[in-house]
Amino acid sequence: MKKTLMILLGLLLAPIPAVTAELTGAGATFPQPLYSKMFDVYYKTRGVKVNYQGIGSGGGIQQLIAKTVDFAASDAPMTTSEGEKARSEILHIPTCLGAVVITYNLKGNPELKLTSDMIADIYLGKIKYWNDPRIQKLNPDVKLPKLVITPVYRADASGTTFIFTDYLSKAVPEWKEKMGVGKSLNWPIGVGGKGNPGVTSMVQQIEGSVGYVELTYALQNKLPTALINNKAGKFIKPNAESASKAVGKNVPPHMKVSITDTDSPDGYPISSFTWILVYRDLSYLKDVNKAKELYNLLWWIIHEGQEFATPMNYAPLPQSIISQLENNLKRLVFGNQPLWKI
Amino acid sequence: MENLKALIQRQSGNIIYRFASIKKLLNFDKILKISLFISAALVLGIVLGFVVTLCVASFDFLKSVGFSSLLKDTWNPLTDEFGASPFIFTTILVSSLSLLLSIPFSLSIAISLSDKKGNKLLQSFLNTSLDLMAAVPSVIYGFWALFTLSPLVRLLQTKLGFAPMGVGLFTAVIVLTIMIIPFSAGISREVIKLVPQELEEAGYSLGATRYEVIRSIILPQAKSGIIAGFILSMGRSLGETMAVTMVIGNFNAFPKNIFSPANTISSLIANQFNEASGLHQSALIFLGLILLVITLLVNLAGAFILKGSRR
Amino acid sequence: MSIKTRKKKDKIFTLLVMFLSILTILPLFLILLYLIKAGFSALNLDLITKVSRPIGERGGALNSIIGTLIISLLATLIATPISVFTGLFIFEYRKKVVSKILNITVRLISGIPSIIIGIVVYLWMVKPLGKYSALSGSVALAIMMIPNTVTSTVETLEMIPIGLREASLALGASFAKNITKVILPLSIPGILTGVLIGLGRIAGETAPLLFTAFGNPFLNLNIMKPMDTLPLLIYNYALSPFEEWHKIAWGASLILIFIVLILNVLAKWIVSKWNR
Repeated sequence: MKKTLMILLGLLLAPIPAVTAELTGAGATFPQPLYSKMFDVYYKTRGVKVNYQGIGSGGGIQQLIAKTVDFAASDAPMTTSEGEKARSEILHIPTCLGAVVITYNLKGNPELKLTSDMIADIYLGKIKYWNDPRIQKLNPDVKLPKLVITPVYRADASGTTFIFTDYLSKAVPEWKEKMGVGKSLNWPIGVGGKGNPGVTSMVQQIEGSVGYVELTYALQNKLPTALINNKAGKFIKPNAESASKAVGKNVPPHMKVSITDTDSPDGYPISSFTWILVYRDLSYLKDVNKAKELYNLLWWIIHEGQEFATPMNYAPLPQSIISQLENNLKRLVFGNQPLWKI
Repeated sequence: MENLKALIQRQSGNIIYRFASIKKLLNFDKILKISLFISAALVLGIVLGFVVTLCVASFDFLKSVGFSSLLKDTWNPLTDEFGASPFIFTTILVSSLSLLLSIPFSLSIAISLSDKKGNKLLQSFLNTSLDLMAAVPSVIYGFWALFTLSPLVRLLQTKLGFAPMGVGLFTAVIVLTIMIIPFSAGISREVIKLVPQELEEAGYSLGATRYEVIRSIILPQAKSGIIAGFILSMGRSLGETMAVTMVIGNFNAFPKNIFSPANTISSLIANQFNEASGLHQSALIFLGLILLVITLLVNLAGAFILKGSRR
Repeated sequence: MSIKTRKKKDKIFTLLVMFLSILTILPLFLILLYLIKAGFSALNLDLITKVSRPIGERGGALNSIIGTLIISLLATLIATPISVFTGLFIFEYRKKVVSKILNITVRLISGIPSIIIGIVVYLWMVKPLGKYSALSGSVALAIMMIPNTVTSTVETLEMIPIGLREASLALGASFAKNITKVILPLSIPGILTGVLIGLGRIAGETAPLLFTAFGNPFLNLNIMKPMDTLPLLIYNYALSPFEEWHKIAWGASLILIFIVLILNVLAKWIVSKWNR
């Protein structure tokens, strides 16, 4: 008994050889399929474990502020008040582009067209049934059932919600006035799912439900996606290509740009960059090697890592911003040492 | 030279003396007694620490919003509105409903188990099953409910003309009922066993049937103990998190009907705590404090009644 | 009332009680059957030899299995000495007010909702240390475990014949000798039972780990880093839409329930052996 206890104690307390650095990140579930793929490859090729937990963008940002993680991931740039709480400069590194799709559970998976007004009214509880005359009129080829619409939203604070509501606020005045933009809102109706996976799962299970998730989640689970009208009046099918077309000509150097409700005629209107957030001064990590590993990881993501975007239905970063991004990364420091020089 | 020798002697004597005093100080008896005291103090410290930590961490919220939030019903972190009433209401509603639902089942199984003339094999089977039910992890109850119970609820909802959500108040109540039966039944079983054998025998010798003995002798005798058992199991269900979080549907307002999605205090915390900061985090911790206070009060009440019933 | 109707009433009552009793335990078997049906096909070598994989790829649950073992055993190592010492304290000073207060305290701890233990340990350890860690998860679980173990310790101590204790004291044994040579050896089976039951309870616990152990898709043995456990994996995978992940979660549930049942059966076995 004593012996086994001692052995157990020994096992637990044995100094684990610090062969590899391990990084911990948390946040958005929007890019999680891509990140988990990237970090898997990164571990195999570079031997560095990156533990990424999809707890939602809001969670990622808060844990970065609390300094319990090495990096955060978010689909919403930090708000001013969040920036103030962080007390130190935070860099936003875009990693890819994605589309928030409107997906639904209807027999036969019909492809529907929806307008921003209809989406807003569904989530406001004003359009209650699928055979609502407005939806039916826009989709004459589909026989819509008299079935209750159950909107599914995010139960956690979510960047996906931010993108979705950012779009609706731009396109629908009533939405802006009643609901606003944010990572978590006060939903008047519906069911909450945890993370993109949770919303997808709810949509999968509830007949007549409608949800907003990142494109990959809908495609991987063979759920239909609605065509949405953009500013130019065209109904656009969400995919990696139409998401990347939503990027405007000028991306500002700080990279915190919203591309929803795009002007571009072929762009999908609910598209967005997704970012990794890091402190510019990484000395709080207390370990310069760890900081360097984080720098290496970010460099890898915006270069080699980009090849994994397209197969996973995300759009890679536009070539035009890469050199600016490299400059941004070179601003990362550990105390007063620039990390790229180490 | 002489001086040095003396010095060394003195020093070593000192050391030896010190060593001896340490040894005296550290004798086994004392170490053990000190350990006992430290452990006991730790255990006391845990509860105190919990209350202090929660109070301190919810102070921000109490200062800026205060107890008025208990009456408000809008929960919107975006606008710093933190109305707590829907969650407190739902928490109490869900656990009371599941408690009510569990009563006939818990009582039946307790009666079956305490029947001295009952089939021993069947009784030990029921007993073991009940113990196993108590041992199944909450997350597995939630997982199972999500995949087998909610499709059934969906069928029911379609029949009744509700949106077929499958998750919501109703599903949460059913899972919780299943989860608390082992506890209330366990306590009822113990209490019924405590009813003096002679009373029962007296009933039978007067020609009473088993039903009559149970109704007029056992239940009245064990009443307060059984009630205590139900109160204690309610204490458990108030704080139950995982299974409820997985099936309640996460709706941050008062439930509109029995099938409506809702949120209890613990499911709200499970969903939002990791992402909350500042006032939002403080508000969640305040809700946690309220949950703790309610649970402790309910538990104390249960324990008090149980103690009275054993006298 | 005639005897006939009384007998009839009795019969109906007996049947009703029987029916409700069976109905009560029915969910247990539905769950077990479903778990075996859904989990058995997922039980393969991959499940226990491979770690989590990215979405859509077949992986295993090795990281969670190891994590559950490490976190629960560490929690046991923390909780057992504290609980046994506290139990001894309550027993030694059983006539003093302190012990009564301690008794109530222990009962209060057992009533603290698990999610609140998670919050407090987050505030105590994760925030100040600046990292999620397996250790913080173990501390949270240890707190959950204390009441059970203290109670079983006290109950066991109370069962030791007073004669034995007094005999050893009369023979001049010191307080410590009395405890280590007489009392503890006699009460080990009882304490062990409490520990095993507590272990069975915390091994399946999820809520306090959400804000402490956090989860980790890689195999991690360092207790100062985030770690996955079976309940965390089940929670995350159950809420996902991916068929593959559901399968792994069913397999993981089967393993978890197996661990929990073994611990319970073991505890019962010790009790029955000891009672004889």
